[in-house]
Amino acid sequence: MNAQPRSRLVVIGNGMAGMRTVEELLAIAPVRYDITVFGAEPHPNYNRIMLSSVLAGEKGVDDIVINPRQWYADNQITLHTGDPVVAIDRAAKTVTAASGLVVAYDKLLIATGSKPLMPPLPGLELPGVVAFRDIHDVDKMLAAAKAGSRAVVIGGGLLGLEAAWGLKRQGMPVALVHLMPTLMERQLDVEAGSMLQRDLTDRGLHFFTSGQTEEITGTTHAQGVKLADGRFVPGELVVVAIGIRPNVDLAKAAGLAINRGIEVGDDMATSDADIYSVGECVEHNGQVFGLVAPLWEQAKVCAAQLAGDRAASYVTPALSTRLKITGIDVFSAGQLTAQDEADSEIVFRDAAKGVYRKLVIREDRLVGAVMYGDVADANWYFQLLRQESDVGPLRDRLIFGQQFADACCGGAKGAMDVAAMSDDTQVCGCNGVSKGTIVKAINAKGLTSLDEVRAHTKASASCGQCSGVVQAILAHVTGADAAISEAMCKCTEHGHAHVRQAIVEQGLKTQGQVRRALGWKTDDGCAKCRPALNYYLLCAWPGEYLDDARSRFINERVHANIQKDGTYSVVPRMWGGLTTPDELRAIADVADKFKVPMVKVTGGQRIDLFGIKKEDLPAVWGDLNKAGLVSGHAYAKGLRTVKTCVGSEWCRFGTQDSTGLGVKLEKLLWGSWTPHKVKLAVSGCPRNCAEATIKDFGIVCVDAGYDILIGGNGGIEVRVTDQFTRVATEDEVLEIIAALMQLYREEGFYLERTAPWVERVGMAHIKARVLDDGAGRKALEARFLFSQQYAQIDPWAERAEGGIDAHEFQPLAVVE
Amino acid sequence: MDWINIGTLSDIPALGARTVETSLGEVAVFRTATDEVFALINRCPHKGGPLSEGIVSGRKVACPLHNWVIDLNSGAADAPDEGCTTTVPVRQDGGAIFLGLEAARKVAHG
Repeated sequence: MNAQPRSRLVVIGNGMAGMRTVEELLAIAPVRYDITVFGAEPHPNYNRIMLSSVLAGEKGVDDIVINPRQWYADNQITLHTGDPVVAIDRAAKTVTAASGLVVAYDKLLIATGSKPLMPPLPGLELPGVVAFRDIHDVDKMLAAAKAGSRAVVIGGGLLGLEAAWGLKRQGMPVALVHLMPTLMERQLDVEAGSMLQRDLTDRGLHFFTSGQTEEITGTTHAQGVKLADGRFVPGELVVVAIGIRPNVDLAKAAGLAINRGIEVGDDMATSDADIYSVGECVEHNGQVFGLVAPLWEQAKVCAAQLAGDRAASYVTPALSTRLKITGIDVFSAGQLTAQDEADSEIVFRDAAKGVYRKLVIREDRLVGAVMYGDVADANWYFQLLRQESDVGPLRDRLIFGQQFADACCGGAKGAMDVAAMSDDTQVCGCNGVSKGTIVKAINAKGLTSLDEVRAHTKASASCGQCSGVVQAILAHVTGADAAISEAMCKCTEHGHAHVRQAIVEQGLKTQGQVRRALGWKTDDGCAKCRPALNYYLLCAWPGEYLDDARSRFINERVHANIQKDGTYSVVPRMWGGLTTPDELRAIADVADKFKVPMVKVTGGQRIDLFGIKKEDLPAVWGDLNKAGLVSGHAYAKGLRTVKTCVGSEWCRFGTQDSTGLGVKLEKLLWGSWTPHKVKLAVSGCPRNCAEATIKDFGIVCVDAGYDILIGGNGGIEVRVTDQFTRVATEDEVLEIIAALMQLYREEGFYLERTAPWVERVGMAHIKARVLDDGAGRKALEARFLFSQQYAQIDPWAERAEGGIDAHEFQPLAVVE
Repeated sequence: MDWINIGTLSDIPALGARTVETSLGEVAVFRTATDEVFALINRCPHKGGPLSEGIVSGRKVACPLHNWVIDLNSGAADAPDEGCTTTVPVRQDGGAIFLGLEAARKVAHG
């Protein structure tokens, strides 16, 4: 399956930005590269942002590891820790590590991060002087705290304040020296900065603002800091935390274009097209980076580029800041103050309660927010800012927060803030769960993951649409960004992408082999993973893998839809929505004979017979089969219907034979198993009576040919299709749809509809595979047609009276 | 209590179930991957879903209606769901399967 030799990707830097890029890459192009990672630190990849929590004693080093060594092994990534790369040879396309190891690359990713900014101070080399950058620094600081030293922190920005607070939590007397008159002056205005200083002073920190450090004193060990105005601040531990600077040494030596950081374009490539760079080491449009949000965005774009999506482009997102000091709530985003007459400031201050809020507005758009003391509305403001929402109608009430603004004006579109949400607000519509119920369960049971919240409250356990809100509530209550587990189920640590990759690459051909090879924790899986594995194996090995009925949900096992009372509904196929008097007569006869309590026309242009007893199913199918009716697969994670309008044969507006094309498509696709259900529609003109723009694959006929649309959904979350391409002939439509079906079959995660699949892998990727690569398209189509020869067998005919699986439809015994 | 022969192990697919109609109502008889056999009244404690149609794994079955997971041995729903399905005594002798039923007449059809 994977004959092409893989390209070699070498990553320099085992930090957050580099590894996030690798994760993103594995998700979209899992087999494209052999990946080698070099890290200077001896640890696996960890969350540097959480160092302040380790220092404060709230977390251990193990708690902040993002990817343990096993992750590298599982993803076949070669990891060299404690072995920094010392040279890049761009001509030979190799890197050399400190150990002498030379590794060749096709693509190189530089993610060397940043170094602490160290001013040229006398005494900087004395023992007792440390930066605040890695686990090693934290260890030194913790040792000093144990030794009963006093600490001086130089730098009153985010980093310095978190360092000072962490040391204070360790029981040290702490003084903080800051060059500027107020703290965090880049993120907070003077007012909020002063409130912060007052609160931290109350908590026992000592501040020396407007303090220019002149010298770190001491002979054999640091003894304190001397300021330019003559003040002296004693301390045996001196933490320099005035900022960071991009670590460009290696890139510079390799001759790449450097300014403050490694210069990259919108595609995250450096001046050498085969060398990419992400994270705190880069400079993009004159900007360097210290917060995490833009790093994630860079990682995403860089991964897409590495996966071959040349259109992926980086734009720095709007940034916001929060301080991680327990009990001190600070938030800021965008502009801190009005820049000119066009800007206006709205300020709210309640000195007694220690609450301060300032909004900066320009042309009815929120362009800045500073909050101190009460940050409940931070997310709402940030969302208004990011979305550039029109806040004109809200302006009078905006400063009082979302709840008040919403109550008076109906709120701004798209904004959601769980903090301001009332307890009786229904979050999960499927299971009727309110915010209050969720919050109570999280607090009472100490829940920390979305899965746990689902298990205990059922919120988001059904359709999943409210998962984001539930996640946000969890984050709000626990104060942490709870991780979303990507594992398939509780039987395994592995995610869907990894399992699919392993099946194909390791040639795993039975569920037992998969479970053994990947270290499943259960012998026979569970109701979550078994149907997924069954599908993945069926897709990977058509004609070879034996479908396992015991890994099928009941509907797919008995080829009908179970209803709440345990009866079934039966839907025969009507090709393209066409039927005949004979078929209708047969359906009517069945309805009479089996006393069917309800007959209903479905949304997919066919007829549904409800209330059929399980034991009657084979006889019902037998009767329907006699009239030429076959299973409509209305129960399947597979092709459901191809809805059509009447098209050019009858309609005065029709441009093409949409009905005929619909029938051809349904004949091509029926019987195929897919990650989730698939619905198509063909409309004969842009009036779109068949509603093709909310189908998985839609065709809209136009005078010049056929527009192919993909990724629509009319269900839980309505999504309009994306335009894929326009072609001139029916044959081209059939070929492209077959290729698209196969690509979705091979890449979609089990129970992932086409809409999220399109959003996950990206339109550019799908176009590259199906439109740009003609040979690839033909190969996809060929694989689809090959698998169809094993799939296009009417399951009803096989199971009609006396057929296979007879045991399914009869009781084992009747005991009177 | 009477032990009624309801069939043989081979009548039930591994990781599957068959039903038996009794005076207690429908009983679901499950067979695990290791050929253990369990019997429960065929109603999920949640909304009465037919457990015999669920996916069996280990000693559990997932109800086909809303995915409650029921322990085959105890009939109890997996926490945090709360509820219990009545278990029915069952034993194997050779290949034959016997249900223990109160005051049942010793007649089995099928």
